[in-house]
Amino acid sequence: MAETIGRSGQKADWVRLALSRDAIMIYAVVVAVLFASLRLERFASTLTVGFLLLDLIPVLLIAMPMTLIIITGEIDLSVASIAGLSSAMMGTLWEDGFPIWLVIVVCLAIGLIAGAVNGILIAGLGLQSLAVTIGTLALYRGLALVVIGDNAVASFPAGLTSFTTSKLGNTGIPTVMIGVMVIVIMFAVVLHLTPFGRGLYAIGSAAEAASFVGIDVARVKIKLYVWCGGISALTGIYWTLRFSSARSDNASGLELTVIAAVLLGGVSIFGGKGSITGVVAAVGLIGTITYSLRLERVSDVVLIIVTGTLLIVSVVAPRIFEVISGARHRRKLSTQLAVDRSAITTHTRSTAHRKEE
Amino acid sequence: MKSSTRAGEANHWRRLTSLIGLLAVLALVAAACGSDSTTAEPASDGSAEDGAGSGDSDGTSDVNDLSITYIPKQLNNPYTNVVLGGGEGGAAEAGFEGIAVVGPLDASASSQVSFINAETQAGTDVIVIAANDPDAVGPALQEARDGGAKIVAFDSDTNPDFRDVFISQVVAKDVALIQVELIAEQIGGAGQIAILSATANATNQNEWIKFIEEELASNPDYADIELVATVYGDDDDTKSFQEAQGLLQAYPDLKGIISPTTVGIAATGRYLSTSEYKGQVALTGLGLPNEMRPFVKDGTVTAFALWDPAQLGYVAAYAGRALAAGEISGAEGDTFTAGELGERTVGEGGIVIVGPPTVFNAGNIDNYDF
Repeated sequence: MAETIGRSGQKADWVRLALSRDAIMIYAVVVAVLFASLRLERFASTLTVGFLLLDLIPVLLIAMPMTLIIITGEIDLSVASIAGLSSAMMGTLWEDGFPIWLVIVVCLAIGLIAGAVNGILIAGLGLQSLAVTIGTLALYRGLALVVIGDNAVASFPAGLTSFTTSKLGNTGIPTVMIGVMVIVIMFAVVLHLTPFGRGLYAIGSAAEAASFVGIDVARVKIKLYVWCGGISALTGIYWTLRFSSARSDNASGLELTVIAAVLLGGVSIFGGKGSITGVVAAVGLIGTITYSLRLERVSDVVLIIVTGTLLIVSVVAPRIFEVISGARHRRKLSTQLAVDRSAITTHTRSTAHRKEE
Repeated sequence: MKSSTRAGEANHWRRLTSLIGLLAVLALVAAACGSDSTTAEPASDGSAEDGAGSGDSDGTSDVNDLSITYIPKQLNNPYTNVVLGGGEGGAAEAGFEGIAVVGPLDASASSQVSFINAETQAGTDVIVIAANDPDAVGPALQEARDGGAKIVAFDSDTNPDFRDVFISQVVAKDVALIQVELIAEQIGGAGQIAILSATANATNQNEWIKFIEEELASNPDYADIELVATVYGDDDDTKSFQEAQGLLQAYPDLKGIISPTTVGIAATGRYLSTSEYKGQVALTGLGLPNEMRPFVKDGTVTAFALWDPAQLGYVAAYAGRALAAGEISGAEGDTFTAGELGERTVGEGGIVIVGPPTVFNAGNIDNYDF
């Protein structure tokens, strides 16, 4: 056994790495970027880097906790509504004259509370996350409407809004990207390098088994939803400052973009599978394709068809290959079995023959 | 041991095929945007060069190679389509080389921003936008202006800080006056009239009604016209129909009805055309040509008014051209020629009025499709 791994392992390691789902996603991003740079004359510029990343940040941020949640086999559809609620609160509180730091702290706290409500309903009461978060999707968006009505608040401090869209020198990279990368790395470390992260895969694969080995499943899930609420509120704050407009309909529909990116990134909707690398690459891929098509003025109607198809293919293709390779494996196994059986027969016959002698 | 190696192989095979699958999808996407870019290329090539050119020389250099892009509130809206149709026609007439329409599928506050960004990058000379949110599009428009683009707002204004001019439908008073003029003409300048409005608290309706009342009271030409009632059909077809019926029962001497709402005028028209009052009681107001066509044809209605949404896009194109060519700066008092509609003046706050409202009658109604 050890010998086999040692022998074929050398080769298998890099082959496996080079053909892993994550690697494929990275190739896809590279191909998309290369293609866009070569084919679209205006794509390769620092302007693209800036606009593209500013557009991506909300999806990237929420995709982080969403990845962890989906790995445990749950889902959170209320993220965009939490972002909208925090945006609405931000506008109202700022207009009422509270200092901006306090406004931001309160908005983040509201996000954490909204997430905790989700978590307690799902993990505490053991309700379906799909049903609960469809409910809170409507509830939080409704609260946003109550808070700010059909007003729009736009009078945020100019320093803060221009900082949000400012770039690092001439690179075109938004300054806030530093903070976003810190958050991404934190989530990657938690998921891939800690026992807590390994526990998430265990919960997603078999929650009952996970609890037998000492993982407090409910506690873990509540924690994830609280984080998710916090990050969603942070996204709402970013959204408000980036567009310098606090409105109740901010970020609406974002939850579907996020979930699409997470699934495209190779996270299994059934839980137990996925990685941060794949998700980050998928966010990049969707962003690049969207931006390229917009740059070419392809209608948004085509755009949603393309992203929809991409998602379906990414979910369906591996499943089809699984079925095919499963069938192939069974066929091989049965051939093997037949060979073994005939070997046994030959062996028995020869023994019988020997006995006769 | 053997089987584990085999499973590993199968795994590799599966991943290889899924890699191929993904690449195939990418190729499809590439083909899709490739085929589009071949059609869009000549225009966008021009705009890119020109964007740089006009940025440097403040738009006064080459006026024969300009590009214009319309960003409506959202795509696939029937009213918007008429506006955009007029816009595309106007842009072609005004001599724009590159004409494009891009926009979001939902009319949310921030959905237009990435479209503006793409236009900034494309170096588009004129961006014509109907803002979903006056402030959310601000920073993006500012960036576009820094890149040399001229911003024309139409239909729905942005914060005035972020655009050069705003193309507005009509002046409220003009809308009121034309309706008084029409009804006076149709009833021979004397007799009882009534107003059938939408809801009692609709801002625009009440503004028009106020101007109508003032005009009737102050203009000696209308001294013999008496406004006997104002009723509200709530922009509900059935209720408007019943209110029209009620008016004619309550005021047997009624000579005419003004309905400054498309729902009200259509419902009243339907009632009159099937009653004994057809041709006896005049009806005018604000209506959609497509809805009013049968009543004009059968003689129930002689003439009614509405602004022509297509003219909005049309004037926006010429305003954009004048801005990009450096002929106007968007300051109050600037004038430019809007093709066949003649000269337009930039008013206070950079607002350009498209009006006056168009009058539709049996002679011209077939020229309009909205």
